[in-house]
This record gives sequence, structure tokens and C-alpha cells, in this order.
Amino acid sequence: MKKIDFHTLGPLIALIALIVLGTLLNSAFLAPANITNVLARSAFIGLIAVGMTFVITAGGLDLSVGSMAAFLAGLAIIAMNALAPSLGVHWGTILIGMGVAILGGLAAGYLNGALITKARIEPFIVTLGTMGIFRSLITWLADGGTLSLDSGLRTLYRPVYYGGIGWLTWPILCFAAVAIAGEWSMRHSRFGRHVEAIGSNDRVARYSAIDVNRVRLMTYVLLGMLVGLAVVLYVPRLGSASGSTGVLWELEAIAAVIIGGTALKGGRGRVWGTVMGVLILSLIDNILNLANLVSPYLNGAIQGVIIVLAVVLQREKHAASER
Amino acid sequence: MKRRSLMQGGALAAVLAMTGGVAVAQEAEKKIIGVAIPSATHGFMGGLNWHAQDTIKRLGAAYPNLEFVLSTAGNSAKQVNDIEDMMATRNIDALVVLPFESEPLTAPIKAVKEAGKFVTVVDRGLSEEGIEDLYVAGDNTAFGRVAGEYFKANLKPGAKIVVLRGIPTTLDNERVEAFQKALDGSQIEILDMQHGNWNRDDAFNVMQDYLSKYPQIDAVWAADDDMAIGVMEAIAAAKRQDEMWVIGGAGMKDIVKRIMDGDKQLPVDVTYPPALISSALEMTALHFVSNAPMTGRFIIGSQLITPENAAKFYYPDSPF
Repeated sequence: MKKIDFHTLGPLIALIALIVLGTLLNSAFLAPANITNVLARSAFIGLIAVGMTFVITAGGLDLSVGSMAAFLAGLAIIAMNALAPSLGVHWGTILIGMGVAILGGLAAGYLNGALITKARIEPFIVTLGTMGIFRSLITWLADGGTLSLDSGLRTLYRPVYYGGIGWLTWPILCFAAVAIAGEWSMRHSRFGRHVEAIGSNDRVARYSAIDVNRVRLMTYVLLGMLVGLAVVLYVPRLGSASGSTGVLWELEAIAAVIIGGTALKGGRGRVWGTVMGVLILSLIDNILNLANLVSPYLNGAIQGVIIVLAVVLQREKHAASER
Repeated sequence: MKRRSLMQGGALAAVLAMTGGVAVAQEAEKKIIGVAIPSATHGFMGGLNWHAQDTIKRLGAAYPNLEFVLSTAGNSAKQVNDIEDMMATRNIDALVVLPFESEPLTAPIKAVKEAGKFVTVVDRGLSEEGIEDLYVAGDNTAFGRVAGEYFKANLKPGAKIVVLRGIPTTLDNERVEAFQKALDGSQIEILDMQHGNWNRDDAFNVMQDYLSKYPQIDAVWAADDDMAIGVMEAIAAAKRQDEMWVIGGAGMKDIVKRIMDGDKQLPVDVTYPPALISSALEMTALHFVSNAPMTGRFIIGSQLITPENAAKFYYPDSPF
């Protein structure tokens, strides 16, 4: 029990340290508006990272999520723009757009998962391939430019990102709900236990009558759907998608998962840790913008140092408690 | 059959040449022009790709003896390979290139020049002078200066502004330095300059943080139309539209449209036209089909788009 406490403590300490630092540097840091901004911004990567936690825990990897998000955003925008003249500007059209994003995510996740489990190709290669495919498809769909949502639909759809209950906007609520559901299923559901079992030793898992391929496939489908959900929240923010949408989201999501204490080799999943990881990453950006600490040229270096420190902190605590 | 008619054309041209029709003689010869540009990874490059394809289609129809080979590259190494392939397999007579990066492309382009080809370099200069026959580029210094002058003329002394910078490059530095120089002596305070990487999402995040940090902002130099869109969305979310106006840059059609419609928040825009690739292609084509001298440097000025002249800069068909 003590071991687990120490383990989750690493990212939490880093997060608290960042919050204290932010508060000391700028009083605007703790203003409700800033907190809303940071949490809402984190939601896209957050939703994806929760799904990524399951994929990585089962011993897989998905590099295609950023490109997939851009592609799904493009598809949803094209679908809504095409339907707007016939269906009119109302919530029905937007719901169809949301459906396109989530079902598209499901299909894209299934494609990744099927290639990995049925065609038995390394996840790294499959998702590197689909990463390029989705990125090219969105650039092609947008004709190298930007796809923009019809302005009437845009106005109607906008509150999905900006609105909510008080300062808790919908992206924040959505992220929280998915994080809680993710944590529960990782810890308490049969699916979560199977995912951890497969990640630690897939042969033993197979002998224990776990349908390894099905569970693996499900992790990719789940991730695809969460990418779709992130897109549902992303599209109303700027109402557009282009070839530069979602660039490097996959690395941010994977980094958040690892900072949170999930092992890259699989077998140990920490959804709460992932949430901490996501918040740490967006807080670093926010603090660097608010504080003028260093030349903006060095922002990337500061991020790198904090990411490595967060992991070192947690690995040391973990190693010590194992001894 | 085709060959014979070509030879007949040559004979005819020879006769015409004697009577003074030199241009026609040149027209009869088949010329291949290689075009190497970066792929459409962001709005500006998307526009540039569209204009390149559009111009190639037009020139191909206007001058049947010109053939174009277009390649787009996502990084410097791929662009070098493309240029080497064009030389080896297509036997090009001219190369129009927008170097992905100056340093790695200088040697390969120099090799093309040494093989006796006509070389047109677009927008990004090479790291060694005197290689290219023709240099066509936008004016980054004017881009910053025109914007800076507008701020100086339209803000009161003591006004506070914020700036969004692009991807850290010499191009971005030139723009920002010229902007700061234009503001000299105006008592306008630049509160902050952070990188938004010419990206809507990054600009949105940076602007949200500016708005949290500074209670008073009178104007924003977004320095790019994609960034301007992210910036305006952040301002709208904070409900501070009435406090500040935004100046972008490049000449994206959505932004030009809003200027045409007299949007208070977007009073003007500064051009840095992606259609500069069209100028380069047209001039290279003219080198082969006319006697007009087409060597030297051609710098396209940055103009101020105002509600009065916006219609002239509006290309509804371009993706950018």
C-alpha cells in the first residue's frame, strides 16, 4: 500500500511545486479565468492521454493520435458543412458532426488495432504509417489550406468549448468524467485488470484464458473514440482544421502518460498519474507565458528539464520503496 | 511524326529568325522547368502551393513548349533528393526553388547552376551570394515596418501592445526588428513578445495567457493571419473585443473579407503574398519565351490592406 502512495506522490509533488511557483511569479495565475483556460486547454491532450494510458499499459503504442485528431476534425467539419444547407442550422446537424467524429475515431482506432492484432505488425510501425496517412488526408481534404465550419453552425456550436456550469466549462467536466471513469476501469473493472495482465506478460495472460487480441484491439478502439471526443470539444474552439492541427499531440500524450508513472514497457497503468502529467505539461507552458522567466527561445529547454525531473523524482521514490 | 513537325517548326523558325522573329525561334524548343517548393504544412504554404499549381496550369496552356515538373517536400533532405532527381532523370533547363532551409540547400542548388541551368530562388536566400540568376522574395523588413507605422499612427502615446512571434527564424527576427524600429520614439510600450509559431492553436493559448497577465492591452500585432484568428478567438472568449484591435499579416482571404466588411477589430492587414511563387514562375517562363532580361533581384513590397483597397487582394478560390 505504501509503495503505491509513494508512486503516485512523484507527479503530485511536481504539480504542487509548479502551482506554488506559478502563484509566486504572478498573482494572475490563480485567477479563476486562468485556471479555466489551463484546464480547458488540457482537456484535448487529457482525453487522448487517458486512452493512451490503456494502450501503453497493454504493451502497445499509438503515434497516430495527433494526425487522427486533425483528420477527424476535418471530416466532422466537412460533414456539418455539407448537411447545413439541407438540414439547416440547428443542433441536429451538430450532433451528426459529433457522431462523425466519434464513429470516425472508433473506425480509425479499429483500423490501428486490427492491423496490430490481426495482421501482427508492430504497433510502432502501424501507427507511424497511419500517422502519415491521416496527416496527408487532412492536408488533401483541406487542399493545403484550412477547413472552416459554416459560421451559423459555429455560433451555435461555440458554447460546447466556452460554455459550461460557472467556471467549469464542458471540456473540463468532460475531462474529469473520463478521468474518473478511466481510473475506475483501470483499477476495478475486468477490462482494466486484463490490460495490466497483458502488459506485464501476455503469454501468461493468454494461458489464463484472457482473449489477448480482443483486449488489445479494444484499447485502440477506446483510444480512437477518446480522440473523437477530444475533436468534438476541439472543433468549436476555433471552428477550423488544417494540416497543422494536432501536430505533436501524440508525443505530448505519451509524455503525460510516462510522467504519470505508467511504464512505457507496459503492465502498470496509472490514470490519475496521467491526469497529473497532462496538467504538469500545460502548466509549464502557462507559467512560462505568464512569467517572462527566460528568453522564449529557451521555453522548450525548460519544458524538457521539468519533464525529466518529474520522472526522475518519481522513479527514485519508487526505487527506494521497492528496496 | 511529331519529330518531323518539330523539325519543320525549326526550319520555319530559322526563316523567321532571319526576318527578325527571334522569340518564335526560342518558342519552338522544348524547355523543362523544375519547381521545388515546401509542402502545404500551414496556411501560407498551402496558399503558395495553390498559386504554384494554378500558375503552372496557366503557363502550360499559354506556352506549349514549356513543361513543368513540380515537387513538394516536407523537409530539406527530401527537397535535395527531389532536385537531384530532376537533374538526373528529367534533364531540366531551369529550376525554381523555394529552399526549405538556406544552409542545406545551398550546395545542391549551386551544383544545378554549375551544370548551366537557369536558377530562380524564391523567398529564402541561399547562404552564398551570386548563385541564382533570379531572386524573387517578399520584403520582411517592410512587412514589420508597415505594421509598426500603422501602430504608431493609430495609437496614443502610452498605449500598451502585445506581439506574437512566429517560428524562431531569421525571417521572423527581421520582421520583429523592423517593427520595433518603426515604433521608436512613439512611447508605445510592447508588453510582451512570445512565439505563437504561426499556428492558430498556439496563438490562442499565448493570447489567453496575455489576457490573464495584462489588464490593459490596446492592440495586438499577431504578425500572421492564422495567428490573428487564434488571437481574436481568445479575446472573444475573455469578452474584451472592445478594448483592442488586431493586425495580422499575409493576406488570408477570410481576414481580407472581414476588412472589406469594415470589421472594427481588424482595421487593416499587411500583405506578404503567397502568390510571390507566381511572379517567380512567370518571370522564369519569360526568360525562355521572350527577350526580356529576367535576371537580378525582384522584391515584392508589403502593402497595407485597408477597407478601401481590400477587394484587390481578395482571392475567394484560394484555400488561403
